[in-house]
Amino acid sequence: MSQPVQLPPARYEHGGDEFIFVEIAEEMSMEANIKATLITQELESRQMSGLVDICPSNASYLVRFDPDVIPPADLMALLKDLEGRFQEVPEGFTLQTRVVDVPVLYNDPWTHEAMMRFRDRHQDPESTDLEYGARTNGFDSVEAFIEHLAGNPWIVTMLGFVPGLPFCYQLEPRERQVQVPKYVRPRTFTPERAFGIGGAFSVVYPVQGAGGYQLYGMSATPVLNVRQDHPDFAHSIVFPRAGDILRYRSVDRTEFDDTRREVEAGTFRYRQHDVEFSPAAFLDDPQGVNDRLLEVLYR
Amino acid sequence: MSAQVRVVSGGLSTTVQDLGRTGRYAIGMPPSGAMDQYSFRVANLLVGNPEGAAALEATYIGPSLEFTDDRLVAVTGGDAAVTLNGEPIPMWSSAQVRSGDVLSFGMITSGARPYIAVSGGIAVPEYLGSRSTYTLIGLGGHEGRTLADGDVLPLGDGVTGEAGAVVPDELVPQFPSDIEVRAVVGLCSYRLTPAALESFLSTPWRITKDADRVGYRLRGGTLDFVEREQPFGAGSDPANVVDLGYPLGSIQVPGGDEPIVLLGDAVTGGGYVTIATVISVDRDLFGQAKTGDTIRFRDVGIDEALAARADRNRRLDRIRSALA
Repeated sequence: MSQPVQLPPARYEHGGDEFIFVEIAEEMSMEANIKATLITQELESRQMSGLVDICPSNASYLVRFDPDVIPPADLMALLKDLEGRFQEVPEGFTLQTRVVDVPVLYNDPWTHEAMMRFRDRHQDPESTDLEYGARTNGFDSVEAFIEHLAGNPWIVTMLGFVPGLPFCYQLEPRERQVQVPKYVRPRTFTPERAFGIGGAFSVVYPVQGAGGYQLYGMSATPVLNVRQDHPDFAHSIVFPRAGDILRYRSVDRTEFDDTRREVEAGTFRYRQHDVEFSPAAFLDDPQGVNDRLLEVLYR
Repeated sequence: MSAQVRVVSGGLSTTVQDLGRTGRYAIGMPPSGAMDQYSFRVANLLVGNPEGAAALEATYIGPSLEFTDDRLVAVTGGDAAVTLNGEPIPMWSSAQVRSGDVLSFGMITSGARPYIAVSGGIAVPEYLGSRSTYTLIGLGGHEGRTLADGDVLPLGDGVTGEAGAVVPDELVPQFPSDIEVRAVVGLCSYRLTPAALESFLSTPWRITKDADRVGYRLRGGTLDFVEREQPFGAGSDPANVVDLGYPLGSIQVPGGDEPIVLLGDAVTGGGYVTIATVISVDRDLFGQAKTGDTIRFRDVGIDEALAARADRNRRLDRIRSALA
């Protein structure tokens, strides 16, 4: 069993008079994310009046509150107290979650076109986003880079930016994690369902709009359904949930187009399976856990 | 036929708003709602509505509206020449309209966003507990979009009240084009050098044309980051952090030369360095700020932010009792 990584004390900041921002760690780790999850779950369970929003993030969390109901100093004291109770991941902690297949057309024409419109905002205007990502992460080719992204699944560690956007952290040992910068200045246009990476996180953009992540492909399937007229969105307008494990499988144009038709017809269902995910087991044997997750998903 | 208002002309960018779709930040849903909540609440108070009733928010150029029954209307917020059937009517007061009357707007002279409240409220359906429009995703309000010529908006049951209610002069806000905004410095401000933080606070920032309900982009200076080895997962640019939640009103500085102030339709999180948060009361100032205006930020502590909030609540209380 690997030794739990010790995290420095959290940093507490007032975001004006209505928000408190708590940074568990400056760098991303599974441990920091789990600590944010544990604290926010505990806070959620207390159902306090005056708490407006509780938002777990990758290695931090954010709370919005009504200072006319809860004095900021009282809330700050409570959050610090909660941190003290979650110094370590509880013995045997597991996430009851889902593993989900997400079909992605990598190196697609639509994100390629969008990317080319904003080369002046990019670190390396001479390369495409895929070429830049492959080169700076030590891959021999764009194909090898895509194979890596589409290989092992990603765990959803935060929802946000716009409704339904999942920030995902790849289930890989640290030394195999890829990293890329965000654009120097955010784009003003990103196509709907674009798949991209910034830092160590992948995302699917729910709708057309601004964005700062490197663009690598396009998901055939939606993550947001405002009208809730797709079966997978019956309970929520957003599909992903924190803790979901998503596999961004590489598909060809034919499968992409077929899937798009099913989505348009309202008949598409995500291939998904309920699973119990043990972060400790993953940290101990990443590839073994990944292989089992994919086996469960596709059997 | 139920009561309605006909949109003769939609204006530049007019949307249905209320106090916002709060409580869904965790799925990435921003609150939306009126950008200048003070003016918005006062507009509703003037026509006898609950303060959270849906009303219209115009930007720069207001709409032209034709009524189909007897109503009270009130216009607050950014100064515009308001007319009823071509005759000027005062802002910050209630006026009687009859079936067939047309309310119109001239160019704005100060501020940016007039609010138009109609007794009974704009009765578009609620979406996730609010009537606010969020155009980025196309939800809420009237078909999730800005009003277009020929739209017809449903109205709630008319509240009976007296025309001629007036907000006392001293409670009517001014909207200068050079604005001081109070902000609590923090979040990831440690990423800026001390000189850059000083420069952020002393620079008169100019509002660019990229200024809308999502956020206001500012220009006027360059901010240097403290050099460091970037933490794992953040991305290699010095303006990158591991993606985190953005408070409403927070100021992010991608590239160090273009601060962005996040407002009602803002993105709820991301990975650019955030350095301060505008206090809730002063978010209203952005609702009335326009391209070309200048902004100076003043660093305040949480106590001053709470005092400003209490002061705003007292002013609203005075209006509530004056109009009760």
